Amino acid sequence: MAEASTAPLIALADIERVFHLGDSEVHALHRLDLQIEAGEYVAVMGPSGSGKSTLLNLLGLLDRPNAGTYRLEGRDVTTLSPEEQARVRSERIGFVFQSFHLVPRLTAAENIALPMTLAGIPPAQRAERVAQALKDYGLADRASHRPDELSGGQRQRVAIARATIMQPAVILADEPTGNLDRATGDEVVRLLEELNAQGVTLIVVTHDASLGSRARRQLQMEDGSLKRDSRCAPPT
Amino acid sequence: MRTPDLIRFARDAATGNPLRTVLLVLAMAIGVAAVVVLTALGDGARRYVINEFSAIGSNLVIVLPGRSQTGGFNPGNAITSTPRDLTVDDAEALQRAPAVRRVAPLAIGTSEISIGGRLREVMVAGTTSQFIEVRRMTLAQGRFLPADDWRRGASEAVIGAKIRDEMFGAEPALGKLVRIGDRRFRIVGVLAAGGQGLGMNTDELVIVPVSLAQAMFNSNTLFRILIEANSREAIEPAKAQVTEIIKVRHDGELDVTVITQDAVLATFDRLLGTLTLGVAGIAAISLAVAGILVMNVMLVSVTQRTAEIGLLKALGATGDTIRAAFLTEAGMLSLAGALLGYALGHAGAALIRHLYPAFPAWPPGWAVVAGLGTALVTGLLFGVLPARRAARLDPVQALSKR
Repeated sequence: MAEASTAPLIALADIERVFHLGDSEVHALHRLDLQIEAGEYVAVMGPSGSGKSTLLNLLGLLDRPNAGTYRLEGRDVTTLSPEEQARVRSERIGFVFQSFHLVPRLTAAENIALPMTLAGIPPAQRAERVAQALKDYGLADRASHRPDELSGGQRQRVAIARATIMQPAVILADEPTGNLDRATGDEVVRLLEELNAQGVTLIVVTHDASLGSRARRQLQMEDGSLKRDSRCAPPT
Repeated sequence: MRTPDLIRFARDAATGNPLRTVLLVLAMAIGVAAVVVLTALGDGARRYVINEFSAIGSNLVIVLPGRSQTGGFNPGNAITSTPRDLTVDDAEALQRAPAVRRVAPLAIGTSEISIGGRLREVMVAGTTSQFIEVRRMTLAQGRFLPADDWRRGASEAVIGAKIRDEMFGAEPALGKLVRIGDRRFRIVGVLAAGGQGLGMNTDELVIVPVSLAQAMFNSNTLFRILIEANSREAIEPAKAQVTEIIKVRHDGELDVTVITQDAVLATFDRLLGTLTLGVAGIAAISLAVAGILVMNVMLVSVTQRTAEIGLLKALGATGDTIRAAFLTEAGMLSLAGALLGYALGHAGAALIRHLYPAFPAWPPGWAVVAGLGTALVTGLLFGVLPARRAARLDPVQALSKR
């Protein structure tokens, strides 16, 4: 961990990501350099097609760059095998999606437990942590409800509980409020920010300028590269 | 992923779409049930024939007049042309063979039996005293032919149960004189009812001494010589000794055919065993169809659950875990189908046995094992492709699909 304290949490160097659409090449990411320290709250903004979703997938190890290196906690993760990458995703990264992506046949509790189930954590320990998470996110009376019996806000809370259940270092949120009304969206953002306050690095991809402006650091993307990297003072 | 979790996950995925699951299990079940029922029929037929054939006696060696060129037994051997008679003296000489326990010559013909104005056509078998032991027949009344000179024989007859009923009704038959052909015979015994075998119904048979039967049919040749060997091991030596003795007696020419009951049994066994294999093969096709159905349904399932697979990958599932989950699901569906089909097949076989009590319709053990095994293997085999497709899905594209 001595290395982790000196190295940034995330370090991208010279990242290229090229998609082939028919004959033409699209540079979704072009010569991208980026460093994010542990505990930061970063908003990635930009118009559609600017490469922000590609960046998020890359940070989440769902996608591989064509060139460049990605160091997570000082470790080069681009050269890992798919199995090792899956392990890193399981232990260090939590995803929150715009459309929640809950498994419809599983209850709220089972959805929250899913990452632990996949990681092979014993049932007793799972039950304990799920119970705590349900309480923390105000879902205790919804534990045995299936996603279609939950409101949008409740669904996203289940998704956030699921993203944090493995105690990841970083949470990647892709338009987390996109499918929610203003009030519910605000509540979800507050939850994410609370997590950030506890030390979890939070990276939010959004179109929404007002959501983006809440972050302490904004990355403005355009045509696959960083246009602007601005920081504002942490809100008091 | 822990195994119980994997099984629970696969079970939930399967029960999440009940109609699909029920149809798939049913298809697999029909395949396995077909294997069980059809092999039960095939093997039942085999056992039925073997039982019938074993009923005519044990350790039998049979001598037929005439020579057929082929070895072994085929239905053509039963009809042979004869250049030289197979005589009672030949049969008597066979008693000298050390491996032979009993010998019974057999001359067959049809004649009429009459008593008190009643007339009936009957099959007449001319033989000697040991016939009843060789053929393992039992008497209901009286005694069998006496053991005296084969070339003479007293005018005594033993009749089948049905003849007795038809000719005598409620009156006692023993000691009565009857006319068979142009001769008079005294009834000395009645055979027990229910005897069958070798296409000869002993209920409608009249047995007389061989010399009288030959005189009646005006023929010197025998239809068969039935020989009982000392033991199962003595069958082959008996066959060799019998062949040798007849050959010597017939001036060195082998003009008879000697077959063993074992060889005939083995031939039927092989024939009907092949038949069983054949119907099992036909039934196995339905299993293969069920396997392809499993693949089809699992492929559709992978497509339907693309987003879920992407999510599982994002949550840290490896390709192996996803492959295992889908294979487990395919395996569970196949197993459920196989077990249901096994139960259905046994119920079907039991129904056949209930309807036809004489027919031993038990599925052979190998067929049941093969049926269940094939069901599981096809289910898993055809589950591999969908499972691999699921494991290979690109999580980014899988997640973006809704």
